[in-house]
This record gives sequence, C-alpha cells and structure tokens, in this order.
Amino acid sequence: MSIFITEETVEGADDGPLAGKTVAVKDNISTAGVRTTCGSAMLDDYVPPYDATVVRRLKEAGADIVGKTNMDEFGMGTTTETSAFGPTENPVAEGRVPGGSSGGSAAAVAAGEADLALGSDTGGSVRCPAAFCGVVGIKPTYGLVSRYGLVAYANSLEQIGPFGATVEDAAELLDVIAGPDDRDATTREKAADSEYAAAADGDVDGLSIGVPTELVEGADEGVKEQFYAALDELESKGATTHEVSLESVEYAVQAYYVIAMSEASSNLARFDGVRYGHSGGYDGNWNEVFGKAREEGFGAEVKRRVLLGTYALSAGYHDKYYRKAQDARAWVKQDFDEALSEADVLASPTMPVPPMELGESLSDPLKMYLADANTVPVNLADLPAISVPAGETDGLPVGLQLVGPAFGEETIIRAASALD
Amino acid sequence: MSDTEATPDDVRHVAELARVDLDEDEVDEFADQFADILDYFDALDEVPTVEREADLVNVMRPDEVREGLTQDEALANADETEDGYFKGPNVS
Repeated sequence: MSIFITEETVEGADDGPLAGKTVAVKDNISTAGVRTTCGSAMLDDYVPPYDATVVRRLKEAGADIVGKTNMDEFGMGTTTETSAFGPTENPVAEGRVPGGSSGGSAAAVAAGEADLALGSDTGGSVRCPAAFCGVVGIKPTYGLVSRYGLVAYANSLEQIGPFGATVEDAAELLDVIAGPDDRDATTREKAADSEYAAAADGDVDGLSIGVPTELVEGADEGVKEQFYAALDELESKGATTHEVSLESVEYAVQAYYVIAMSEASSNLARFDGVRYGHSGGYDGNWNEVFGKAREEGFGAEVKRRVLLGTYALSAGYHDKYYRKAQDARAWVKQDFDEALSEADVLASPTMPVPPMELGESLSDPLKMYLADANTVPVNLADLPAISVPAGETDGLPVGLQLVGPAFGEETIIRAASALD
Repeated sequence: MSDTEATPDDVRHVAELARVDLDEDEVDEFADQFADILDYFDALDEVPTVEREADLVNVMRPDEVREGLTQDEALANADETEDGYFKGPNVS
C-alpha cells in the first residue's frame, strides 16, 4: 500500500525558487541513476542514464527529489491499482483508492511525504487523484511542459503536471517546469517567462464561468451538492455563472480510449527486452521470444489496451475507429472553443464519483473507463485545467475542475485560488 | 445485445500482431471484455465529419552534433551484450 516505488533522495542546487522544498516524482519520469519502473514488471530494474527535462529543471531550481511514486502501469488506469508493485491507499479516505494514474504523487502530497509532486495527465491522471486525495493538480496546455524523458503512453494527449497542497504551491512548481525545450519539438514559446504563482491572488471579481450541463448531470448527488456550493462561493466573490452545452462530450470517452490505446500499441512496441527491460532470457526466434517477454512483463490492463489499440488500427477497422475518433476530437475542440468564447473558464466536478473502494472497479474495465468522462475532453482539446478541493461528501473528498483557453493557465489558477 | 463480434480467434490474431502471448484464460476473458468495449466504441459511428483546421508549424533547429549517451551508458540496461553491441534473439 505504499506511496513510493523507490525512496531515494536526489539533492537539488543550493538555491533557487524551490530551495528547501521536497518533490515526489511519478515513476514514468526519467531520473538519471534512479530506477524508473512505470509501475511495470517490464521495467523492474531499468535505471535511466539521463534526466527528463522537468527533473533537470527541478534540480536547477533547488528542489530535493524524495522518491519515485506508485502509479498505474504505464499510466493506464484510474485507481493506481494496476501497478505491478501493488496499490496505494488513499491517505485521506481509508480503504479507498487514491485515484489514478498518478495516485502515488497525489498521495505523497496529501500524506505530507513531499511538499510538491509531479504526475502526468493523459486523460485526467493528475486531476483525478488530486480530486480523490483532496489536493490541487494542474493539467497544463499541450505544449507548455516538455515531455522529454517522460516514458510515452499517448504522446498527443499527455502532459506532465504539478501537485500541491494549495493552488499557489502547484503554480509555483508549474513556473519551474513550464517553457520551451529544444529536446521536445511539441513545446511552444508561450509562457517562457510566465508567473503562475503570482496569479494565485483569489481575485474572481467579474470572472465569467460557464457550466457545461453534460458534465454535471451524471454526477453523484453528493458531488453535485459540493460543486454547486463551490460555485456559490465563487459568485459571492464577484464571479458570474451561466450554463453552456458541449454536445460533443458524449463521444469524448470513446474517442479518448481509441486514440490513447492506438498510440499505446505503437509506443509500447519498444518493450522487447533487448535494449532494456524484462527479456525473460528465452531461446527461440525473434517473434517467439518477444511474445513471451511481453506476456510476462505486461499486466492485464496494459495488454488490454495494447491489443485494443492494435485492433483499432488494423486493416478494416482503422476508418471505423481511429478516423472517427479523430473526427470526435476535432468536434470536442470546436465545442470548447465556442464555449470559451463566451466564458473565461468552464467549471465542472472533476470526478463524477467520490473515491472508489480498493478492488471495486478492477474487474469491470468499461466501468472504470467511464469514470474519466469529465477529464478526458480537456486532453482531446489540448486545453489547461486545474482540480481544486471543493469540500467532502460523506467524508470523501470532492474536486472542482476549471478549464481555461489554451495557455490560459493564469486564469484558471486565479479562479481556483479563490476556493483555497 | 452486442452487434460487435470479438471472438477468441480475433483476440489471438491481434495478440499475435502485437507480439503478446496470452494463455487461454486470458483469451476468453479478453474476448468477453472486448465485445463490450468495442460495442461502446460503436457510438463513434454517430460522430459527424468535422472540419479539422490543422494549425501546424514546423519546428526546426540547426542539425548540430551534441553530446549523447556513451556506449557504456547505452548498453547499461541490456540483459545481453557482445563486443559493445546489443544482443537480440535470432531473426529467422
């Protein structure tokens, strides 16, 4: 039930904006000389010879890395139960999951094991565990943070994002990791000298908040209650709210999983046990040996997604699944652009349900996939979003999600800080 | 009732394409789950064709030699190496 897969301290520079701060790092972010497993038996003893760009920036900013955190295997899961190293328990909700796939990172902050943490968000994997553990998590705009050194799951969707106990803490970490990187051609010049922490001033006077009805309707009653109470608080501080409709989000979960699984089937082809990773030491020809090594090295959820992704891209099915998923993605983007032309931010519950009990959702993958309904549309649209605590229902944390326009991190940070 | 067939043979076929061996229990379990999941994905048929504005920008940098991994670093995580090379299984 541990938060860390590897506990090892890497000291940062003597001074810098994060001097004296401890940071926990998700175990799919490469750290030179420290085992990086991605929660998989495949990479059980893999030690990267180089640092991810975000890790280099952490060290230069003076942060001390205190360990590599537990996660769903290769980022595939909503509960941190698919890790080859066992599940993590939610530190603020006994017997419950911490959310996934960055559950170890959120739990590290919630349990006080680290001041800050890094996760990665492909379909909600920073926001979900932030909501379930009662901390703050930010999914940056696609291209804001370098993915160099992040072990790829679904390149077109994923971003590394920060966790903190407060909005200002998370924003401070974002200040350090954001900005262009010549090792990742998908990063953008925007925000090279942004000041996110300074934006956490709680001023929401005049802020216009759109509430997509489709993302509220399906939520649990207790979650809705907390969500509307948080909106009331924002209104009492001068914000206005209005309902908006995002017709396309009905198809977002399907589109997300088709695209993510397709990209995963391609990305995970590299794990053959020859250059690194589990080889099994089998004799035989190339295909036989790889098939056996991958059978042993991958857990059930990873196999499920690699196989479904291979299926979706295979002859005869590409047009039916992958091309239609790309159409849905374009539609989702269009819908968000329209909604954000008449609102500064969009608000919804982060997760439609409170944290599940450990073991509850493992046997029904489709049910687990549906829990991502409110977070995945944001990744399809490449937009920034933040999850901030919004009270509790039956003693279980509820998160509120704020979505902003591309590179509108200051706006969502400012709005979220009003709820801190 | 699902109109999407995912037979055990389909699962074996994609598993072979993906180079992942499966035992028989896994094949049966995946076949059941795939039928449900693919049935759910069928909703994508209702998605209209959407104009995609590709706002693409080339990102270029000078092609300059810079420091990379040493040969020892590159080989450090391999189970089997020989004379400074990775050693893989037979191709044929």
